[in-house]
Amino acid sequence: MAGSASEYIQHHLQNLTYGQLPAEYVRADGTVLSESTWTLAQTAKEAGDMGFWAIHVDSMGWAIGLGVLFLFLFRMAAKRATSGIPGGLQNFVEVMVEFVDNSVKETFHGRNKVIAPLALTIFCWVFLMNLMDLVPVDFLPQLFHMAGLDYMKVVPTTDVNVTLGMSLSVFALIIYYSLKVKGVGGFMGELTLHPFSSDNLFLKILLVPVNFLLEGVSLIAKPISLALRLFGNLYAGELIFILIALLPLWAQWTLSVPWAIFHILVITLQAFIFMMLTIVYLSMAHEDSH
Amino acid sequence: MNINLTIIGQAIAFFIFVVFCMKYVWPPVMAALQERQKKIADGLAASDRAARDLELAQEKSAQELREAKQQAATLIEQANKRAAQIVEASKEDARKEGQKLIEQAKAEIEQERNQTRDALRAEVAALAIAGAEKILETSVDASKNSEMLEKLAAEL
Repeated sequence: MAGSASEYIQHHLQNLTYGQLPAEYVRADGTVLSESTWTLAQTAKEAGDMGFWAIHVDSMGWAIGLGVLFLFLFRMAAKRATSGIPGGLQNFVEVMVEFVDNSVKETFHGRNKVIAPLALTIFCWVFLMNLMDLVPVDFLPQLFHMAGLDYMKVVPTTDVNVTLGMSLSVFALIIYYSLKVKGVGGFMGELTLHPFSSDNLFLKILLVPVNFLLEGVSLIAKPISLALRLFGNLYAGELIFILIALLPLWAQWTLSVPWAIFHILVITLQAFIFMMLTIVYLSMAHEDSH
Repeated sequence: MNINLTIIGQAIAFFIFVVFCMKYVWPPVMAALQERQKKIADGLAASDRAARDLELAQEKSAQELREAKQQAATLIEQANKRAAQIVEASKEDARKEGQKLIEQAKAEIEQERNQTRDALRAEVAALAIAGAEKILETSVDASKNSEMLEKLAAEL
């Protein structure tokens, strides 16, 4: 915990980044690279200089680890699933599956085998990733610091790349199902002939750009808002935990405990919202109402 | 906060997880749920049926009980009637028997009396002869007077 408060905060908000540094790059410790090198970034500046072709090792590691944990637990229950008296794990898994299934059935009335498992994966995975927010902020980074890794952000959903990665996948599904259900013409019609339409052909053509602008923005806004909502909530929550951690030790619990309790609600709610919006967007993609 | 390859990595991981969930998690759990639902539905239907059966059986047993009671009542009535008949018949028999006995006794008495009377008559005849002999001091020839004696005896 050396350094000023802002250094502490910035350090906490920096991902462990693995990427390529160009040749003749002057590294943070003063060494000059003779050729372009794949390496772990030592500072935030190095991570920034790596550009797009770098990966957040900590976000990916935790995300995949938690995803595997979720699938491992659920697969274990699924393998032993009986129609008789369920055990504890099976009970829990069944509650989750039924909850997701009901949410999907309430919103989505078509026939699609993907949406319900997709929603289950989103809910459980996002929830687990959010849950990492409740681990004390210095606990895991300190452990990894002792292991030699300077940066460690343990909450994958506070990384905008992670939330964008998921929301863009959902966006791809929206486009895919829109095209599949409505056809290219139907989808283009939906984008260009609404909300303003006219019986007059000339006026109709005149309104196409206006409609396309409106519908295009609302379409693009879907994945962006989906990603940024989750990211913003968790990032803010994490930041507040970090700020609380700056308080003197005796005062920390007076704030961190209420905030953590409140945060239990937030992380569940955000996971639920991400799942529900995904279902809603996909059911909209299936509706051939126009 | 840099936008970088992590987006694609996360998208790939997401895709793999969803596919795994869709193939290996969702179907078995759903199948188990649906099977249990069916089991419960069947169980409820069976219990409904059993309840109906029970009701029918109760009705039937009540009916049979009623019939059995009726039968028993008829039997008892018949038995009572029969018993009354038997008592009546045996009373009649006894009366007849008694009557017969009485008549027999009467006949016997009559016979006895006749015998006794005959014996007494003979005795009286003998006594009369003996008395007459004493009176006459002579013996009466019984064979000569037997006709007269018999006449006497018949008169007694």
